[in-house]
This record gives sequence, structure tokens and C-alpha cells, in this order.
Amino acid sequence: MTDKIITKNLDLWYGTFRALKNVNAGIAEHRITAVIGPSGCGKSTLLRVFNRMNDLIDGVRVTGEVLIDGADMLLPRTDLVTLRKKVGMVFQRPNPFPLSIYENIVFGERIHAGRITRDGLDEIVERSLKDVLLWDEIKDRLNEPALRLSLEQKQRLCIARLIAVRPDVLLMDEPCSTLDPQATARVEELMRELKNKYTIIIVTHNMQQAARVSDDTGFMLLGELIEFGRTEQVFTAPRDRRTEDYITGRYG
Amino acid sequence: MRNPYRTQRIAFFFLLLATLLIVVPVGLIVVIIVQKGLPAINWQFLSDIPRHGMRAGGIFPAIVGTIYLVTGAIIFALPIGLLAAIYLSEYSKDNFLTRLIKLAIVNLAGVPSVVFGLFGLALFVVFFKFGASILSGSLTLGIMILPVIITTSREALESVPYSFREVSLSLGASKWQTIRHIVLPNAIPGILTGTILGLGRAAGETAPILFTVAAFYLPRLPASVFDQAMALPYHLYVISTQVPNVDEKIRYGTALVLLMLVLMMNLIAIVIRYKFRKMKKW
Repeated sequence: MTDKIITKNLDLWYGTFRALKNVNAGIAEHRITAVIGPSGCGKSTLLRVFNRMNDLIDGVRVTGEVLIDGADMLLPRTDLVTLRKKVGMVFQRPNPFPLSIYENIVFGERIHAGRITRDGLDEIVERSLKDVLLWDEIKDRLNEPALRLSLEQKQRLCIARLIAVRPDVLLMDEPCSTLDPQATARVEELMRELKNKYTIIIVTHNMQQAARVSDDTGFMLLGELIEFGRTEQVFTAPRDRRTEDYITGRYG
Repeated sequence: MRNPYRTQRIAFFFLLLATLLIVVPVGLIVVIIVQKGLPAINWQFLSDIPRHGMRAGGIFPAIVGTIYLVTGAIIFALPIGLLAAIYLSEYSKDNFLTRLIKLAIVNLAGVPSVVFGLFGLALFVVFFKFGASILSGSLTLGIMILPVIITTSREALESVPYSFREVSLSLGASKWQTIRHIVLPNAIPGILTGTILGLGRAAGETAPILFTVAAFYLPRLPASVFDQAMALPYHLYVISTQVPNVDEKIRYGTALVLLMLVLMMNLIAIVIRYKFRKMKKW
């Protein structure tokens, strides 16, 4: 078991506010890592470090190191296109483009590929939709607007759109928070399926979800990574008092 | 004790009244002009040159001149306005320069059209030696409608949800690819609407073309962009005040043609906006 992502002394400031404090963690390959913690603890911020989405915000300063496959992607010379192809993100609200289902999935290919063939695109659509277990459901309506799908289908489509660009790492920012319990269960099932091919980091405010799907869990509080370890251990025998307080529902 | 429901009813009544008062002048203008102008409208009126010192014949050169001017204005104003809007909405940071530019745009929109006319005369007609010509007139009108195009395009671009940009960037698209493939296509209806509204404004203005292009009487069509041209609003002014004994129905007929041209453009803008609003659901 190797670490896909390693953070060393990671600090992040929004202006003068220190949102991440000395975060040190190793994210294992082909496992699901959950990051939990109360609102505003910095878990989403941490997630957005890994694909440099924080770059979009003015006044953000990041120090320390984040190694992905051994290379520090915080360095200015990092090619963001390559990084973001490798480290993709699923957002809280399902957000397909107002295009057809088909065009949503091939968006990345159209952007990145030099030569595009219809057969190539067809193949990508089929493979990606099969990977998210959506193919049989919607294979006959690929040219319909994606916005007509159900919420769960939309979120699956967003995952399909993402894996169509062949990333290594999937960052999931509360991917089930808009879904009902059944849909959530199915998406969690999908995540377990996907971890064979991808390294998954999921931010969630839902502790049961973290306990159900993740292999490793990190607990964050006020920008600090308080505890990080096997999910089983974190939930049954937390080493830190604050972790215990949180998972037993004493605050958050 | 005051009865809040009665107060509310009175308030509603005045709100409704004010709203209805807006409709009245529009209705009156249309009704009067149609009533008085419609008898003048026939094929000859639309396709013939003015005759007998503009007291008879048609207004074809003025229609063509207006169409040329409006087309020219949009050729200049749309690319510049759109590019500026993209810069302002997607790239500019909130700093002194940006605030200065935005202030300039607001002020440009507030400049009286006669001042644009004088400006066009000084810059295009005299300084660049384009003379009184379609080119000078189009450029002047183009500058005049730039603020409309920039403002509406910017609004259209900014109304595209941030989440679309975020996803696009997170999939590895560059900023420009995001604008090109995601933001622009979703903003096109709004941009088109603004452009057409700008066109309508350009078609109706008299002062800017008075200084820069409009011919009093030109019984032929302009041959090049360096030619003078007749235009509907100025022609209307001429036959209403400068030429004695023009039949009323010719004046109202001219006004009707101009009004219909502008209303038609606005109608197209409304239809486009309506169609696209039905299509998008985010």
C-alpha cells in the first residue's frame, strides 16, 4: 500500500485567516479516505488544495508541500491542466453542463484531445457510463439534455464526465448531500466499485457515511488535522479526546 | 386603528395606476402613427426614391441608408463590445483601472447623442478625413451603442453560473477554453438581445448622423462606405420641418416605417430571449 498523496507542513491562508494549520497526511492509493469535521473546519479547503482550485480565489497563500506521485504540485511550475486531468473533482451539487448527456461526457475529450473521432467519443461515453453503472439506464437517451436526469443520475453523470478524462484521484466534496438515502446508498456502492481503479478522497459532514464507505478517516477541527488513521480505529478507538467528542455527537 | 388591508389595497391601486400610465403613451404613439401613416404605405412608398422635392415618391434611399448605418454600427460595436465585456466579466480584477473603465462606460451611456454627433464630426469626418460618409456615421453610432452592448453582454456572461466555470476548470480546461466552450455559448442569447436593442437605438438616432453622414436629399443609393446617405430619422426631420407643404401622410408614413423597423428589432430580441429562457433550466 503506497501513499498517492502526501502533505507536509501544509498551511493555507485566506488573506490573514489561517484556514489550514500544519496538515500532515498520507492518502493511500486505491482506498477511500474520508475527511470529516464540523462546518468551517477546512475540510473542503483541504480537498481543493489537491487540484489547486483554491487558485481561483484571490488572496490565498499555500505553504508546505503536497506530493502527488512524489512530485510537489504546489510548485508554481506545475501544469494545472495536467494536474486537474489527474486529480478530478465531484462537487456537492450535481452540476452537469446544459448540454446533452453525450456532450457532457465528451467535454474533457473535446478540450484535451488533439484528434477526435466519433468512434473514439462513442467508446468514451460507453466506458464512462458503464463505470458509473448508468449505461443500461440511459443508453437510449444520450442526446437528451443532461438537465432532465434525476439528481442521482446527474451526480453519476458528473462522475462519468470526470472519469472520462482518466484521472487517478477523485476528490468528492459532499457528493451525496443533495441525494435521498436510497440514492446515497447507491452512490456509496459506486464509490466502493470505483476505488479499485481510483484513489478517492471524500469530504462529508455525514459521519455514518464516512464510517460506511471509507477505509481511512481524517478528523479536522479549526484547520488542524486532529486525527488520521484507519476508519475503524478512528471511530471505535479515537486517540484524541476531540475526535471522540465529535463522533459521539458532543459538538459539530 | 388603521386597517392594514385597506392601506394595502390603496397602495396596490397606485402601483397599478403607475404601471398602466406607462402603457398609455406607448399605445397612443403606436395608434396615432399607424392611423395616420398607414394610408401612405404601399409598394411605391417603400421602393421609390423621393420625388417632387420629397413631397411625393417613396423613401427607399432612407430605408437603405438606415440599414447600412445600423449594419455598419454593429460591425464596429459588436466585436469590440463583446471582447470588452469578456475582459470585464472574466479577467479584470477589482482595481482602480477596472473601476475607471466601468465608470467610463456608464458615462459613455449618458453622453447626449448630439455630443456624439459633434465628436464624430471632429474625429471621423474631419480628423480622419472620412468626410460625411456612411463610414463616419457608422463609427459614430457604433461608439454610441457600445455601452449598451458592453453592459448587456457583461450581464449575460455574468449570469452563467459560477459552478459551470468551476467544473470546466476542474476538468482541466484552461480559462479561455472555459469561456469559449461553456460561458460564451450560454451567454449568447443575452448578448444577442443586447445587440439588437443597441441596433434599435442606433436606427432611431438623429443627432449623431446629422453631423456625420445624413444627406438632405440624395435621389440615389450610396455607392460606397465613403458616400453620404439618407436615413429615416433625419429624413423625417427634414420633411417635417424643412420642406413646406409635405402631405401629412408622407410624414406619418415615414415615422411608421421607422417605428416598425425599431419595434421589429425589439420584437426579435424579445423572441430570442423568450426562446432561450425556455430552453435553459439551471
